[in-house]
Amino acid sequence: MDFALMWESLPKLLDGAGMTFQLVFLSLALGFVVAVGVALLRLSPFRAISSIAYAYVFVFRGTPLLVQIFLIYYGLGQFEAVRESFLWPFFREPYWCAILALTLNTGAYTSEIIRGGIQSVPWGQVEAARACGMSGPLLFRRIIFPVAIRQALPAYGNEIILMVKSTSLASTITILEITGIARKIISQTFLPVEIFVVAGAIYLTINFVVTRGVRYLEHRLSPHLRRSPEPRPVLAGELAR
Amino acid sequence: MDLLSFGDGGWGDEMAVATLMTIAVSVSSFFLGLVIGAGGAALKLSDWMVNRAIGDAYTTVVRGVPELLILYLLFFGGNGAVMFVARVFGHDGYIELNAFTIGTIAIGVVSGAYSTEVLRGAVLAIPRGQIEAARASGMSDWLLFRRIMAPQVLRLALPGLGNVWQLTLKDTALISVTGLVEIMRQASIASGSTRQPFVFYLLAAVAYLVLTTFSNLGFQRSERWANRGVRRA
Repeated sequence: MDFALMWESLPKLLDGAGMTFQLVFLSLALGFVVAVGVALLRLSPFRAISSIAYAYVFVFRGTPLLVQIFLIYYGLGQFEAVRESFLWPFFREPYWCAILALTLNTGAYTSEIIRGGIQSVPWGQVEAARACGMSGPLLFRRIIFPVAIRQALPAYGNEIILMVKSTSLASTITILEITGIARKIISQTFLPVEIFVVAGAIYLTINFVVTRGVRYLEHRLSPHLRRSPEPRPVLAGELAR
Repeated sequence: MDLLSFGDGGWGDEMAVATLMTIAVSVSSFFLGLVIGAGGAALKLSDWMVNRAIGDAYTTVVRGVPELLILYLLFFGGNGAVMFVARVFGHDGYIELNAFTIGTIAIGVVSGAYSTEVLRGAVLAIPRGQIEAARASGMSDWLLFRRIMAPQVLRLALPGLGNVWQLTLKDTALISVTGLVEIMRQASIASGSTRQPFVFYLLAAVAYLVLTTFSNLGFQRSERWANRGVRRA
């Protein structure tokens, strides 16, 4: 083990962490919007609408992310129509292709998580809200959505970790995030094990922080589920009075 | 459509063979993962703290690091490690692991971390009273494992293992970076020489979709079979 090299490569790899964070944040944010929409469509009473949403989820969960990335980055460029459209400046860039693939991928998984959350909202709460006169969007915004999000949080935490790991696939379409930079350093130093161990340690640290963050958020969002603090012991003097 | 025909002109037969390769490498990784998972679950359920710490470290590290990185690490570092071990045993030659072996080990190690958690959960789901009852009727450790634990762990773990199988199957797409000609690699070879990447990656996607759908049905059927004697609330 060449520890000096490992130490030297750390700042370079941390530079790549910036790109990893960008990919994670952008695709999680966009994917969340997609997911809420798809989850609502899936719960739609109209068969046609819910089956379109189901097809989307089915396809993106049933195929590897690598296929999705390659299909968007290499595949779309095959068509003259795409190359001449106004979208080409986006599809030409590996960065946007990666964002699009990651967004659609996490959107599919997250929509299932949110759907589970929405379905777990106790019906009594919905009835109570209706009895108070809430309906439609207000009911969704005030009651269903917040309760569903809290239910879905642990599963969503797992999804965030999966996304952090998934961004490493962006290196296969020339994006220089942590894994991409690691490969670049290795092509210069020929010491793969050292560099990959450092890169792995960075991912592990990111995921550790994410897990802790999610756990903290869960704790904050569920004060009513926490055990109330032990009642204060009654002092002997107080009884005498 | 000529592109996808079987025979010399088309890529249909190559893609079919590549699909078989994906199945082979997925199945072997999954079973390697099950073996590792059984060991991992035993470590994590052990009474001894050191064992538990080893099990925890394994699942935490493997599940916290990208699969691609683990694959690269084994691909570039695996040969060195094997040769080092061989040298300890007095073998001095050059050993090269093939892409299939490296891919199977890498994805198996990842799959094993997820299997560990599934199997551990299944063991914990067996009612404590059953184990006490088995002990009370004088069963030895092995008999207890064979008659009481194993059959129930298999049944309880089946849904979770179905998920692990799906993950494993999709993870094998990564092995294409090592040059093993499975679905992804074949699709990229074909799209390189025909300049029709969309067609071939779409075909690859369909192949994976078919594999995941049918194996999912298989797992559902075996779940029904395994639960045939269980009463549900």
